Amino acid sequence: MKFVDEFRDSSLAKPLLVELEKSVTKPLRVMEVCGSHTMAIFRNGIRSILPESFELISGPGCPVCVTSAPHMDAFIAMADMPGVRVAIFGDLFRVPGSNGSLANASSRGAKVDIVYSPMDALELAVNNPDDRIVFLGVGFETTTPGIAATIMAAKTRNIDNFMVFSTQKVMPPPLIALLNDPELQIDGLLCPGHVSSIIGAGAYQPLVDEYELACVVAGFETTDLLNGLILLARQIASGKRAVENTYPRAVSWDGNPRAQKMVETIFEPTDMDWRGLGVIPQSGLKIREEYSHFDAEKRLDITIPEAEEAKGCMCGEILKGKSTPPECPLFDTRCTPAKPIGPCMVSSEGTCAAYHKYGR
Amino acid sequence: MSEHKILLDHGSGGMASQELISSLFLKHLDNPILRGLEDSAILENQQGRLAFSTDSYVVDPIFFPGGDIGKLAVHGTINDLAMRGAKPICLSLGLILEEGMDIEDLEKIIISISEASKTSGVPIVTGDTKVVPRGKGDKIFINTSGIGVVADGIDISSLNAKAEDNVILSGTMGDHGITIMTRRAGISMEGKLESDTMALHNMVATLLKELPEDIHTMRDPTRGGVATSLNEIAANSKLSIEIKEEDLPVTPEVRTACEILGLEPLYLANEGKCLVVVSEAATARALEIMHSCPEGKDAQIIGKLKNGKPGRVVINTPIGGSRVVTPLHGEPLPRIC
Repeated sequence: MKFVDEFRDSSLAKPLLVELEKSVTKPLRVMEVCGSHTMAIFRNGIRSILPESFELISGPGCPVCVTSAPHMDAFIAMADMPGVRVAIFGDLFRVPGSNGSLANASSRGAKVDIVYSPMDALELAVNNPDDRIVFLGVGFETTTPGIAATIMAAKTRNIDNFMVFSTQKVMPPPLIALLNDPELQIDGLLCPGHVSSIIGAGAYQPLVDEYELACVVAGFETTDLLNGLILLARQIASGKRAVENTYPRAVSWDGNPRAQKMVETIFEPTDMDWRGLGVIPQSGLKIREEYSHFDAEKRLDITIPEAEEAKGCMCGEILKGKSTPPECPLFDTRCTPAKPIGPCMVSSEGTCAAYHKYGR
Repeated sequence: MSEHKILLDHGSGGMASQELISSLFLKHLDNPILRGLEDSAILENQQGRLAFSTDSYVVDPIFFPGGDIGKLAVHGTINDLAMRGAKPICLSLGLILEEGMDIEDLEKIIISISEASKTSGVPIVTGDTKVVPRGKGDKIFINTSGIGVVADGIDISSLNAKAEDNVILSGTMGDHGITIMTRRAGISMEGKLESDTMALHNMVATLLKELPEDIHTMRDPTRGGVATSLNEIAANSKLSIEIKEEDLPVTPEVRTACEILGLEPLYLANEGKCLVVVSEAATARALEIMHSCPEGKDAQIIGKLKNGKPGRVVINTPIGGSRVVTPLHGEPLPRIC
């Protein structure tokens, strides 16, 4: 496959591994922020061949994993409303709330449609005029512009039975929340690729200036990842800190201004509840008053149940790399991949799920 | 037929049922045993041990590139029999139809069943049809059961896999699964995506004729894909399996679709492929035989059984890394990110 195979070429990747080994001169700890990076690192088996003193921890960038239980409960309550169909991306289907998932709701007769784009949800609304279609906005900047464009299209086309429930989240506020914990010891961040294509590599400059972190934006293919890790190791070894961009084929310093403008037109910042991390100021997006006609939270009069994270869940600590899963009282007892409680168990490659599966 | 839709009457056992049987089922599926329309089929005394298998088919959409629910129902059960080394002898055909189904669609499916049955040489010898009220089914559900005969000396089972045996996959992965998923999602892709539905018993018979002792295990990686079947083989044989990512055969079309949808070909359903576990000594010959059959022309060695941690399947990545391959949990769902 063109433009993919070249970046997975093992004859190019193997010398990069040698280079990575050389670049690591002291123990270092790097957080990969993005859920897709976690997946790509896993798929390539990169953890198994990293230099021993290179520790990679998985950050808060898997959108379904950090969707709070109260939000899931609200989603499920909506799906149960007569005349309402919720449209979702596939991986939200099995994410648990405090009492079951959308998969359970679907088995009870709730209407849950898996779509591949918010525009598909809009078409669902056009084709089912008697139903109210609610698209559940769960994601970061990668998905937000598409949702904004869909709301604009719904307005232009006068489609009345389409709504969005936004729990959209933004980077980098959760990173700042994590970094403000003095106990968090990390040397650098492998910064997300797709999110950065929208917000731009420049968004991480404050993290370099204020927290003296090494920040490298990387793509998702084998050589992209290795290249990113090499640059991080080099920065950490040299003591020099900067934002470096190894993904220039998708990411610029300023990002995508047109997408940013669309997002700004439809959404405004709001405080957002994150599973495992709690409420983080200005880390989410809500639909602006002018577009409230498309805001399911307002039109369907949804109240989000009081945030009540499962007692004892240590995902916040685990995300910060401060604790390991076996230290959590819920690990492998009340919290398992089949019945996950915290985000690190929800994601199939989350730290807790990995510990459960591989006993690492 | 005068009506164009299936009515509840067609499942009543009365005149409408009789008409459906004679004008559709017998017309296309006719053979001396079925023709008698008795309550059960009598099979002549078969030499050897009997293999018996059943499977139900509920695929949506019922027609898809490369096949339809009828073809799938014939091939699926034939393959389940073949995976134990059996020569399939006959099939039963149970249909559950939804009131209002187009009779034209039903006839297309019956014709497809007839073709698959004739090409495979495995007749439908007994059948049943029920009709459920509109909304209580989804157009058509099919159950087929099959009986096969296992020749003396043949013992194919996942318990028999041995350390140092090789694992051969008979062709590319994920063709059926991705075809169905893209159809369901209404995603059209450039290039040719089509189901691989195919009967494998002839290739299996050729393999077993020459290498009866060396073929230890066979599995058709349907739902759950190659990953799940390998996990079953590893668990039952109490061995580990190592596979090489570069050796996994996937068509460029399937790969592209998987990249777009965030799916892994290892977990997608196949309907015309099998995993063959064969002794090290006979591997080259087994591969040659498979390559000489149309069903196995793209066969490839994908891995090896080892005396490692029992039940563990590990994939070695092209850059020298490794990861554990777990069985599928739930339906494969496309990911946001």
